[in-house]
Amino acid sequence: MEIKIKQDALSAARAAIAQHGNSPAELIPILKDINHELGYLPDTALEEVGRLMQIPRSNLYSVASFYSMFSMTPRGSHIIKFCESAPCHVVGGREVWQALQAQLSLKSGETSEDGKWTLVTTSCLGVCAVGPVIIVDDDIYGNVTPDQVTGILARYQ
Amino acid sequence: MKYYRSNVLVCVDPECLKRGAHQVLDAFQDGLVAQGLIDEVQVLETSRIGGCSDGPEVMVYPEGIHYNGLAVDDILYLVSEQFLKGRPVEKFLAHSEKVVDEELSAPKAKEVRVVLRNCGQIDPENIEDYIAIDGYQALGRVLTEMTPEQVIETVLASGLRGRGGAGFPTGKDWLFCRNSQSWPKYMICNADEGDPGAFMNRRVLEGNPYSVIEGIIIGAYAIGSSQGYIYCRAEYPIAIRTLKIAIQQVRSLGLLGKNILGSDFSFDLKVRMGAGAFVCGEETALMNSIEGKRGEPRLRPPFPAVRGLWGQPSNVNNVETYANVPQIILRGPEWFARMGTAKSKGTKTFPLAGEVKNEIIIKSDQLPYLSKRHPRR
Amino acid sequence: MPTVKSLEDLKKLREEALEKRKLKIASGNVQITVAMGTCGIAAGARETMKAILDTIETENLTGITVTQTGCMGLCEKEPIVQVMVGDQPKVTYGKVNPQAAKRIMQQHVVGGKTVEDLVIDL
Repeated sequence: MEIKIKQDALSAARAAIAQHGNSPAELIPILKDINHELGYLPDTALEEVGRLMQIPRSNLYSVASFYSMFSMTPRGSHIIKFCESAPCHVVGGREVWQALQAQLSLKSGETSEDGKWTLVTTSCLGVCAVGPVIIVDDDIYGNVTPDQVTGILARYQ
Repeated sequence: MKYYRSNVLVCVDPECLKRGAHQVLDAFQDGLVAQGLIDEVQVLETSRIGGCSDGPEVMVYPEGIHYNGLAVDDILYLVSEQFLKGRPVEKFLAHSEKVVDEELSAPKAKEVRVVLRNCGQIDPENIEDYIAIDGYQALGRVLTEMTPEQVIETVLASGLRGRGGAGFPTGKDWLFCRNSQSWPKYMICNADEGDPGAFMNRRVLEGNPYSVIEGIIIGAYAIGSSQGYIYCRAEYPIAIRTLKIAIQQVRSLGLLGKNILGSDFSFDLKVRMGAGAFVCGEETALMNSIEGKRGEPRLRPPFPAVRGLWGQPSNVNNVETYANVPQIILRGPEWFARMGTAKSKGTKTFPLAGEVKNEIIIKSDQLPYLSKRHPRR
Repeated sequence: MPTVKSLEDLKKLREEALEKRKLKIASGNVQITVAMGTCGIAAGARETMKAILDTIETENLTGITVTQTGCMGLCEKEPIVQVMVGDQPKVTYGKVNPQAAKRIMQQHVVGGKTVEDLVIDL
């Protein structure tokens, strides 16, 4: 299992660099692709990126840890992002957030033990008029009410 | 949140205060209570309605009626006539037609759409829709009839100011970059709209990305740039997708690339995604992010126009700033300068959401005094 | 699309695009536009679009063009659908969920009668 994870990490790193080229300017798109493929940025992948792009590991970690869309630890199969900004909050966002946490028994930033869910907050998504808003993987849901939470989560296996 | 059918704005600038603005304000409150209208008409403090020498100055919205020279004893009668019977009182009307601060003159009956002209009217993935409504005609005029200096003069004359919030004259931005003697130069569009509640850039990017692209190309010609970047936040995946499709179409048409419209001018554009860092909305942090670094702001000077992306002269403007440019070229800077206030020309989009009658993105050709409880939009 | 190599090419392209638009209207075609900005999608515009396309398929309807547009600025009323029959004024509908979409298809697109309770004023 560990070998497979390593293989996946190496393939993801190599594929991303093949896609974007190895100029330092392409570092963020490369990290994005790896994060998208694997759900996070494993050490093995970062080492490979460093090796192929001749970037010191400290620089890589410095960049990777700066951006909130990169995760340095494994995440669940499905990532739930909840908009924590004021415009969503004032139209019932707080109740939706409470429902999410209660239903998943997770707090912000946590991953469920079975590896299915990661719950995070996100900054304003710019769809305030249809708030509260949650995103599950790449799907966006607006006008969410607490009683809709179960139905939304049930769509994801 | 309550909905009021009318608002009374009483100026409380020092001159008006001296003439009894607070007493007038209290008299309005009392008068409205007496007439049983206190739940329908709201009384607010404001500033800079008129010259104040005839104060206290008072504006009634949404009718846009300007009163001045009011005494406390007049108010009960005024409330009865204006708010109960719906009849403005002639003798209290302000003598000067024009309010000193144009920001508070009567709202115009119709909306004037500039930046949002075609959002919701065209298919954002079909460049033909945009071309049918004069899309890229401005670029055509620029490349065949105008020098870069003339383009900069036009933008300067329009009074267009940066719509990202800093409000720096766009023409000056472009002039500084043009004057830098180092190539390549970079044209950058800041589409990292991160402020909570802000979604007007998103609307333009998803509704009419072509106008933004056209504005960028015109600006690139003006400053002498051959490569541009649109830095769009990752939280707008649909906007990014629409932008990429639009750029592809513009490129297939030959309006991006080498020798555009048969001229000597070559320019291309790439989309760069953010990765979830609010601070990358700041122009120097944005440039660091494009360079593959941490999105940390840089010290200035040197300014981006001198040393920006990869140490080269760069110009960074907001989505909305660029979206205004094609119309300024086509309709002329005087048209643009006729709208807006004395110091801030043109129009500005504002997103409104929450307890408003119609949750929309509005354009205002006057920066209105938006009280917390605006009655209409 | 051919490349535009000069200002004349661009002007010609503009005329062709305008002609195409006029033809669409003159042919009596029904044009349906669904707002597919992020706000629309968050409110369920994809399901609405699907309901419209499904109805066209199952009822074998012809002479209809379905296109998308960006955010119209009335995000609170999303999903928004606009229907234009021939050269008649465009009608804008708000809060169009899949059921409402089917009603609009039956009553307005096929039946020619506006669905008053769903109309919004732009």
